[in-house]
Amino acid sequence: MCKEQMKNIYLPYEARIEDIKVETEDGNLKTYRIVFEKDEDKRNWSHVPGQFAMLSIAGKGEIPIGIASSPTEKDFLLFTVNRAGVVTTALHKMDKGEPIGVRGPLGNGFPVDGELKGKNIVIIAGGFAFTTLRATLIYLLENRSDYGKITVIYGARTPGMLLYKDELKSWQERDDLECHITVDREAPGWDGLVGFVPTIAGQVKPSPENSAALICGPPIMIKFTMPPLEEIGWKDDQVYLSLENRMKCGVGICGHCNVGPVYVCKDGPVFKRSEVQKLPVEF
Amino acid sequence: MKPLALFKSELDGFLKELSRDYDIFGPKRQKKGYLDWGEIEGLSDLDLSPGVTKTSIKSFFLPQPEVLFEFSTRAREERAFRLKEPKCPDRKRVLFGVRPCDARSIYLNSMPYKDDCYFQKNIERNIVIGLFCKAHLSTCFCTWVGGSPTSTDGMDIGVYELEDSFIFLPFSQRGQEFLRDKGLREIGQKEEEQIDAYKNHAPEGISEGVDIAKEFSQKSLFDLYDARFWQEVTDPCLNCGTCTFLCPTCYCFDIQDEVLRGKGRRIRYWDSCMFPLFTLHASGHNPRGEKVKRVRNRFMHKLKYFPDRFGPISCVGCGRCVRDCPVSIDIRQVIRQFLEI
Amino acid sequence: MSTINEKITTEIRKVAKELLEKDEVAAFLGYTEGTVPMVMKPFVARRPEDVEKLFWNSFCVLNLANYLPLVLQSLEPPRRPNDPLPEGPLPRVGVLATGCWSRNMVVQIKENQIERERVIIVGISSRGMVDRKKVQAQVDHLEITEVIEEDHKLIVKGPGFTKEINRWDVVRDNCKSCVHPDPVIYDEVIGDFSGGRQVPKRFGDIQEIEDMDIEERWKWFQEEISSCIRCYACRNACPLCYCPTCFVDDSRPQWVGKSIDKTDTALFHILRAFHCAGRCTDCGACESACPMGIRMRLFTKKLYKDCMELYGFEPGLRIDEPLPLTTFKLEDPQDYILQQGQKGEEK
Repeated sequence: MCKEQMKNIYLPYEARIEDIKVETEDGNLKTYRIVFEKDEDKRNWSHVPGQFAMLSIAGKGEIPIGIASSPTEKDFLLFTVNRAGVVTTALHKMDKGEPIGVRGPLGNGFPVDGELKGKNIVIIAGGFAFTTLRATLIYLLENRSDYGKITVIYGARTPGMLLYKDELKSWQERDDLECHITVDREAPGWDGLVGFVPTIAGQVKPSPENSAALICGPPIMIKFTMPPLEEIGWKDDQVYLSLENRMKCGVGICGHCNVGPVYVCKDGPVFKRSEVQKLPVEF
Repeated sequence: MKPLALFKSELDGFLKELSRDYDIFGPKRQKKGYLDWGEIEGLSDLDLSPGVTKTSIKSFFLPQPEVLFEFSTRAREERAFRLKEPKCPDRKRVLFGVRPCDARSIYLNSMPYKDDCYFQKNIERNIVIGLFCKAHLSTCFCTWVGGSPTSTDGMDIGVYELEDSFIFLPFSQRGQEFLRDKGLREIGQKEEEQIDAYKNHAPEGISEGVDIAKEFSQKSLFDLYDARFWQEVTDPCLNCGTCTFLCPTCYCFDIQDEVLRGKGRRIRYWDSCMFPLFTLHASGHNPRGEKVKRVRNRFMHKLKYFPDRFGPISCVGCGRCVRDCPVSIDIRQVIRQFLEI
Repeated sequence: MSTINEKITTEIRKVAKELLEKDEVAAFLGYTEGTVPMVMKPFVARRPEDVEKLFWNSFCVLNLANYLPLVLQSLEPPRRPNDPLPEGPLPRVGVLATGCWSRNMVVQIKENQIERERVIIVGISSRGMVDRKKVQAQVDHLEITEVIEEDHKLIVKGPGFTKEINRWDVVRDNCKSCVHPDPVIYDEVIGDFSGGRQVPKRFGDIQEIEDMDIEERWKWFQEEISSCIRCYACRNACPLCYCPTCFVDDSRPQWVGKSIDKTDTALFHILRAFHCAGRCTDCGACESACPMGIRMRLFTKKLYKDCMELYGFEPGLRIDEPLPLTTFKLEDPQDYILQQGQKGEEK
């Protein structure tokens, strides 16, 4: 039972899967377009790029997923989901039109309307961690004049493992955006960059001057991306990372996602690298 | 409001009268010999021996399990969730004989649970009648961690047990309203003197004038995190959930869906950071995969992370973990080791 | 102080010190004193000077075999999950073992949880460990602040009382009915072995439950587990419970609910008991670890009895004996293990 006057932070909004798109050649990543059942919920919803939400499947449970759509995309939410655990496997078996719960938005998000304003932005992503950075990039492009130079470095194992392929193409064609898409190894039909994200970052050499970098990817990628950036003068407080941990409540109570004194779900998932350095490595 | 009094001989009638409007719970001697919470209908059910009950007060605030909501098990076919929030039971509860340490845990847990409507509803539902301690066990250490045998944190009403009577003092608006019209009499002169004499039974503090919450918040996180004693603290640990489940201030939970006899429900239930699966990612990666990291997390959370965030230490010194840890891991030793750093 | 325990403690320290000093072992697993009366703390001595902390008395109720795999693993050079073991002998661990603990080590060796070459077993014949819950009952559950153990009695003190208790009166039920107090495998010996014990009604407690009618028995079972808080102290204290993911924790699929639903709790206890059948040595660690006083040892002991009656088998007595539930004999009444028309080979 719930105290009447209070908002029930555990109750999901009722929503529906409007569309499903298979993103990658292995079929393990799908993007779900979700719409709210009630207009009221749709009106009340507002998020910041970098935030996440809990997706709910009746009888299976909840799972935290980064919001892949920008707040500027008004009529729907996008979630790109990797098939890994119980809930995501169930989600992968669902069809268009099926009901889904959405609880959120949760977490802090990237400071797109704060510290990032007026800065050159470098987005560095590896694998399927690109999702909330897609949301961010769309937002930046919609508010293009608020930011300086925008650089994107994004890589996946193979061309078929890249997310949002159509959009990548359109971004590469824009002249207000520098877009470096890379794959780990040579592949038939691929005439783009080849090499790991850290290597490409080292070649692109984005200037640290009045800049911020937003990095999402596997820990190993982040580890190797830092040295080439540091070499050209990047400081830890210019670098934003998005952490992941097992989460249950999403609101900083249940205790699952703590990294030392901080809760990834509530205080994060976005942290400056200088803040992460002050935490134990429990993520 | 002035303190009110009740002769001991009147308590049975008082409880019986109360049980018409409230479900009453209090310390009750169990078949296995220990004290634990049980339903109280009259004085004969109640056992006010010194010391804390086996399990803590938290099951009245964080019930095991708590239904968050129900949903249709045919959600997919019906193309709708049909979420239903559980109804609130009409009857209120009186928790009688809550020791100051347990009562303080309600106050401490309210900090992280500030916005949790289920916890807050239980706060509303439970009237906490505390019982101050006139004796303590060897495992008690409330005075180390910001509490005391006469601490009123978390109580609606506090009770002194005197020679022939009980003295009731309200500490909240609700407590005041509750005591009104309960037929209690005014306190006598002799009783007032007895209360004053009551106050010299506290367990010894860890050391005169040391505020350990303040001490620990001034220490560097990594000095404590990387301390050398963790391995030795961890060696005997079974990684069971005894300490966390008996602890009044261990409040972590997990959420899960259960589908049962045609009904779906989302519940939350107690979880323990001692369990390896607590932090396991779907990818297989586990940030606290090793036992030593889990043991360290439990103590660090109570003694450093929580105070850094909220102020007080997340421990009330009830000594349950000390008393029932199968391998005698003792948080008091860890506190001492923290102080040495 | 008990002269018997004092002598054993001195011997343990001597043996442990020698093993550590000569680098025969990298760690020695024993017991040290806890901070509350009647609770001992398993202890890993890693340096010769640590042995001064080793103690022995009648409250060493947990099974040290339970700690062996993790301590052994902690001494191996760090490697990733699929990396091969390093060449050459790995560091060894010295460990104390009574009859049941040593039998669990036999089970662990047979189930590939530990390697015989990597443990130096220091055998002690058990005089029976004391059940602290029985001691508490003897003093009406008043708080006990000090217990002095003599050879045949305990002197129990609390605020305002002192009581002498006959040691044997408060020995654990499993120890009282134990016929194998002597270690079955060992490399060193401390004290004398007893040569085995005679017990009149070894399974008397089980017989009593078997004699109940089915409803009464179910009621007894339900009541016994009614206070379970699902802390898993029983499971985690058990040297047999080493599954990387226990069926109660598994979420793919979710076999059992994780809260304290009656059916879920019953399922946990029943399945755990069956999982230990033919492997459990009745060491009593589960029951001693339980904070709620649940006698779950009676569940496993029933299966111990069944295994004895059905297969004539007692776990961990001989290292060369096959385990009954992983063995098939041609004369077994069930033939489901054979493919149709085929005759299998005895394993």
